[in-house]
Amino acid sequence: MNNSVANTGRLLGAGLRALLVLTLLTGVIYPLAVTGVAQALFNDKANGSEIKADGKVVGSSLIGQQDYSLDYFQPRPANGLGENSVNTQYKLILSGATNRSGDNPELIKWVKEAQAKVVMENSVAGYTVKPSQVPADAVTSSGSGLDPDISPQYADIQFHRVAERNDLTVSQVRKLVDEHTEGRTLGFIGEPRVNVLELNIALKELTKGN
Amino acid sequence: MGPVLAGVLQLLALIAALALVYIPLGTYMAKVYSSDKHWRVEKWIYKGIGANPDTEMRWTAYLRGVLAFSAVGVLFLYLLQRLQGVLPGSLGFAAIDPDQAFNTAVSFVTNTNWQSYYGEQAMGHVVQTAGLAVQNFVSAAVGIAVAVALVRGFARSRTGELGNFWTDLVRGVVRILVPLAAIAAVVLVACGAMQNFSGIHEVGQFMGGSQQWNGGAVASQEAIKEIGTNGGGYFNANSAHPFENPTPFSNLFEIFLILVIPFALTRTFGILVGSVKQGYAILATMGTIWLGFTALMMWTEFAHHGPAFEIAGGAYEGKEVRFGVGSSAIFATSTTLTSTGAVDSFHSSFTGLGGGITMLGMMLGEIAPGGVGSGLYGMLIMAIIAVFIAGLMVGRTPEYLGKKIGTREIKLAACYILVTPALVLIFTAVAMALPTPVNSMTNSGAHGFSEILYAYTSASNNNGSAFAGLNADTQWFNTTLGLCILLGRFVPMVFVLALAGSLAEQKPVPATAGTLRTEKPLFTGLLVGAILIITGLTYFPALALGPLAEGLAS
Repeated sequence: MNNSVANTGRLLGAGLRALLVLTLLTGVIYPLAVTGVAQALFNDKANGSEIKADGKVVGSSLIGQQDYSLDYFQPRPANGLGENSVNTQYKLILSGATNRSGDNPELIKWVKEAQAKVVMENSVAGYTVKPSQVPADAVTSSGSGLDPDISPQYADIQFHRVAERNDLTVSQVRKLVDEHTEGRTLGFIGEPRVNVLELNIALKELTKGN
Repeated sequence: MGPVLAGVLQLLALIAALALVYIPLGTYMAKVYSSDKHWRVEKWIYKGIGANPDTEMRWTAYLRGVLAFSAVGVLFLYLLQRLQGVLPGSLGFAAIDPDQAFNTAVSFVTNTNWQSYYGEQAMGHVVQTAGLAVQNFVSAAVGIAVAVALVRGFARSRTGELGNFWTDLVRGVVRILVPLAAIAAVVLVACGAMQNFSGIHEVGQFMGGSQQWNGGAVASQEAIKEIGTNGGGYFNANSAHPFENPTPFSNLFEIFLILVIPFALTRTFGILVGSVKQGYAILATMGTIWLGFTALMMWTEFAHHGPAFEIAGGAYEGKEVRFGVGSSAIFATSTTLTSTGAVDSFHSSFTGLGGGITMLGMMLGEIAPGGVGSGLYGMLIMAIIAVFIAGLMVGRTPEYLGKKIGTREIKLAACYILVTPALVLIFTAVAMALPTPVNSMTNSGAHGFSEILYAYTSASNNNGSAFAGLNADTQWFNTTLGLCILLGRFVPMVFVLALAGSLAEQKPVPATAGTLRTEKPLFTGLLVGAILIITGLTYFPALALGPLAEGLAS
């Protein structure tokens, strides 16, 4: 009995020492080394791809923002985005999805409402958006709630509204969006996309003189 | 080019990349586990542990090593979370509650990475990097070690010795996981993944005001999270979060990382048992199931059945624009057919059938290609079952890789395949029968049932992904899922190592004209069939109540 207790103790001691040594390697040296390389080679990206407008940081080009006024291009809905609920000394963004299933009544309602809203907001004098023109990304929430992008189709149906509200021609707006549309990587990876924050910064720049 | 064609091309590119590294990585790993030379840094580590790396262990000693190391890991990670409030470098975050700390500790030590907490608001630098990320490495190395021990059981004869656990553990970390993770982490940073220790960071916003995010060692954790088939995200949104998975390329790269070791281990296996063809047969089995599941998933997600998706015109709920439906589908099957559980899109908002495919992938036991190590040993157990069934058909004593599958072996294999279904079905039934667990559901009806079935399936199979509408941060779920996670990892491991010991003691049986040729396509077909039939029969009633009911209604 005593012998087996001693053996177990020895074994657990070996386990603990193994854990501590491997923690030093994989939990201290490894992350610090990667951080060193990352900070030296890709400083901007390692620090969150911050983006500036008028010399001020206005967010990260990777993190989608909500609450743009209708003068600007609108992002995807983010019904799954949460608020900080523990350690509330901070006000952190809490990423997340809605996790609603396709037959969930609430999701059906959200989608219908979002579709009606997109149609209404983007139908201006001389241009009517049909519900069938509204792409799926415009009426659904992303997985992270922080999707920085919209599809080029969703940008398309916003041209007329944005042009009207900023005293621009539709072709000026279209040109701007074209410049900020990224195709699939190498032609086949992912989907074509428009970064909303980058696009709106460029739009603001363009309308500065107006 | 349409999204479907782009999805298919991404799948082909992924297969090409995996094929390219299959031979070099598989061969390298075989050398790692058969070399008798120790690197200098490894000698230092062995000195630190106080273990002689050249001592051979019988299966009982090997198992004791696994259990002792894991027990210490659980305790250490539990205490780290409980002490977070007083640890420096923790951003002032409070200690984690006991039930959640237990759940998280067992979850990471077992390579499960089920998370009932929100990473960005709960875990500071110390717990993330020195606690959670460390287990991402070592739990993966333990999985590979156990698989290698089983392979040695087949390869060795007239000995009970299976190698040295400490040596296998340390080599897995030092020679395989750390180098791969370091390269992958830098690639991810180059794509835009975050890597700093800035902590709570405030920036202005376009329309005024400001936002706060939690900056940390994200890329370094993301890399090992995928390579080690762990899946625990730095942020709540996991690999859907742009700081974890910033671009379409990083997404495809992360899928590659998830699959690369589990597939390549079949070559390691082939080399170690002295016939790479045997490895190809296992690879073909894994590849067939993975490809079939992925094709089905793409089909159902592009078809987007379900009322909300039909109104929206696509199954984009819970998916990111930059990835699209195609590569989200590939990610979903790859993460649930391995023990990863990372997500780049949220499975609960997949179509009814798509959600069912993610569940069925886990229910197969995560063997196609499965978690690092655990996928290979799970598949070899199924291979034993398959040769046993074939043996019954022709009335011969079954053999596999020159070893007789006798009473003891088949008992151990049968026990192995009973553990996780028992856990999943019993705990799901109990949770459904009790009054309070169902309060955690976000959705009702068939999908609500699926949330709970998914949770116990994911925990018992050590996957870690979720139908995340379920509020799992309750004492009931933290405790019972924690138990499923523990039992679902270590009970099967006991049977695997016992089996390995038993095989290693046998003398080899020479192959005769009547021996089933397990390196041939016929055997691959038999194995795929056995896997699908055994799992299908076990889980069909449960699946019919959840995802099938939902999928067929829409």
